[in-house]
Amino acid sequence: MQLEYIGAFQIVLQVLGRFWPVWLALALVLGVSLHFRKRLGLYGDLFSTGVGIAGVFICLFWLFTAIFSHIIAPFDPLTQVAVMKDALPGAVVPDNGGIYLFGGDKLARDVFSRMVYGSRIVMIIAPFATLFALMVGITLGLPAGYYGGRIDSFLSFLANLVLAFPVILLFYLLVTPEIRELSFDNWFSQLTGIGVAIPRALAAVFFIFPVIFFITLFYTRFKKRPERLYLLLGLTILIGGWVYLGLVFNADPLGIIRIDPNELNIFVAVVFASSPGVFRIVRGLVMDIKTRDYVAAAQTRGETPWYIMLWEVLPNARGPLIVDACLRIGYTTILLGTLGYFGLGLAPESPDWGTAIKDSSRLLRSFIHPALPPVFALMSFVLGLNLLADALREQSLKD
Amino acid sequence: MLAFILRRLGTMVLTMLCLTIVVFYMVNLEPNLRKLSISQLDMRSSDEHIEQWLVKNGFRENFFVRYGQWLGVVKRVPAINPETGQAEMRFKACPQPNEPYFGGILQGEFGCSTKFKVPVENKLWPALGATGILMFWVMVTMVPISLLIGVLAGMREGSRTDRTLSVASITTTATPEYVSGVIFTVVFASWLGWLNGSAASATSQGVNFYNFTLPVMTMAIYAIGYIARMTRASMVEVMTQQYIRTARLKGLSFPSVVMKHALRNALIAPFTVIMLQFPWLLTGVVIVETMFRYQGFGFTLVEAAGNNDIDLLLACSLVSVFVVLFTQLISDIGYAYLNPRIRVQ
Repeated sequence: MQLEYIGAFQIVLQVLGRFWPVWLALALVLGVSLHFRKRLGLYGDLFSTGVGIAGVFICLFWLFTAIFSHIIAPFDPLTQVAVMKDALPGAVVPDNGGIYLFGGDKLARDVFSRMVYGSRIVMIIAPFATLFALMVGITLGLPAGYYGGRIDSFLSFLANLVLAFPVILLFYLLVTPEIRELSFDNWFSQLTGIGVAIPRALAAVFFIFPVIFFITLFYTRFKKRPERLYLLLGLTILIGGWVYLGLVFNADPLGIIRIDPNELNIFVAVVFASSPGVFRIVRGLVMDIKTRDYVAAAQTRGETPWYIMLWEVLPNARGPLIVDACLRIGYTTILLGTLGYFGLGLAPESPDWGTAIKDSSRLLRSFIHPALPPVFALMSFVLGLNLLADALREQSLKD
Repeated sequence: MLAFILRRLGTMVLTMLCLTIVVFYMVNLEPNLRKLSISQLDMRSSDEHIEQWLVKNGFRENFFVRYGQWLGVVKRVPAINPETGQAEMRFKACPQPNEPYFGGILQGEFGCSTKFKVPVENKLWPALGATGILMFWVMVTMVPISLLIGVLAGMREGSRTDRTLSVASITTTATPEYVSGVIFTVVFASWLGWLNGSAASATSQGVNFYNFTLPVMTMAIYAIGYIARMTRASMVEVMTQQYIRTARLKGLSFPSVVMKHALRNALIAPFTVIMLQFPWLLTGVVIVETMFRYQGFGFTLVEAAGNNDIDLLLACSLVSVFVVLFTQLISDIGYAYLNPRIRVQ
């Protein structure tokens, strides 16, 4: 059957048109930010350089694409329209008149819609995994840098162990269907009836760190003001415990928070691979900052070590940490792509960019169009984050 | 200095022991053992049959005994066939003696590859050799280009050259191998048709410009940006030093200041960075070799991991961990050697 095609100019127009919610949201956010940039602190300063504006623009673009992907994408990412197999860009679907703007892939799915939906997976996993890695790295890096000595040697040795593993080997060992199989043949399961698997055990360890972090944070600050303290501690334990149950044991009593075992597996592997990096940076920063006068002042005041770490040292380390977080989200995106490229963890039909690149790169000899959209999407998003980090670094060096 | 190296070597051995125990544990998880035994028997084997096979071949022995056997500090016992009472070979591809013997890493025996049906050594060393060729060409292109970009950008901070080159290097760091590989293949192989989109022929017919340029380019480009940025930062710092100002005030020309005074001091930091790039390069090797079908170390690792080839995967992990730790050691020693201001305690 002969397919009808629209011209290149039409394709560009239509693609730009499909992104209308993103343009609207971008115009709104950028307009407001530009107007109030004097009062927005570090974020406002970003708008003074071209690099900063470009970074903010690209990152927000993908963020809004992820949020509005159900409006932008004309097709479902998994729907197959048999005649559209390997259709070239701009092909018109015979029956309903929809257009495969970037063509169809080898399973006759719309490449454009898959790219748009792929942003969702990246936007959910990458920032959150980075956040958890930051929590783990900070909670362990603070004491290592502050106390030094034995604790430092031990924690640094552990971090170096993980860092000595090539990431790809780590993923091949940590992200496999076999490793997710729950085993009930041990004391813990016999006691509680909960199955044990390595990803789940790692998740149980990693996800407790944010809870510990916030409890220590509030406790050290509000020790003397019990009414505030109990409220904050109660809230932390309630919300933390709720999320913890949902994520680790898949047992959220309200049924809102849940995560697929394979997504949990990816999440844990990514956190595992990137937290030693954060640990090292935090450790280095703390070792530098603890020699400052205000730390000595706090020590003389008789503040506890954890108060000094969390309320004196950490706030002063935030500049480099924010820059590092930006770079790290980009790096996590690359890691996710690597996982997808090797077909680890994510479902084979998942629309994420790495999987799409894997599928299309094998057929580059015959068709190149399914490969290009995910490739440029991934590249532009990471580029945006790197530009943002660069601009942030420049701004924070200024003062 | 010698004490320092010895201590580092000690830590290195300890790290390798820890890591190999972890890997050994992971590849010997119950589901993995089942998968291996099914691949060795046939698809419809009963659970009893599988269990029998695992017991016979010593997979049910104590974890540490088996780790010791792999390491070569505990004797390997030949598998005894219960029916005949005779010793039987574990894997047909790899002959082994009929009496207990030491056969582990320390004796130079890596075991048997169940996927390729050869002793691991026969697969591993040629693969490493092939990857060595790839790495050589990557280094030959990557190091001079990145240093040149970094020095040019850092020479005059804030100039137009600096801005352009900085944005260019940020762009390359945002391009992982699987992205640049696709783009290069599309441009140079599919569109222009200059180069070969696969390096499979490099193994059989030897390396040439057509089949090897794309893999080398793809691998080099990701690291170039990073090293260039480090070089730039180091160069910028050196250019603000007093001795550079003195040299300028003495009346030396700008090129001569850069070449004679700045360059050598600015290249100390990038040396460490290049050495510390090896963990990343290993990941790159795996991606590039899979993408361009080049039969090297990365390709072997993927095959081993995908087919649960326990001995081969262990050998691959050992090699990669060794490479990472060894390059770290070299980078530390080299740093102290290059920079006399650093005295190792």
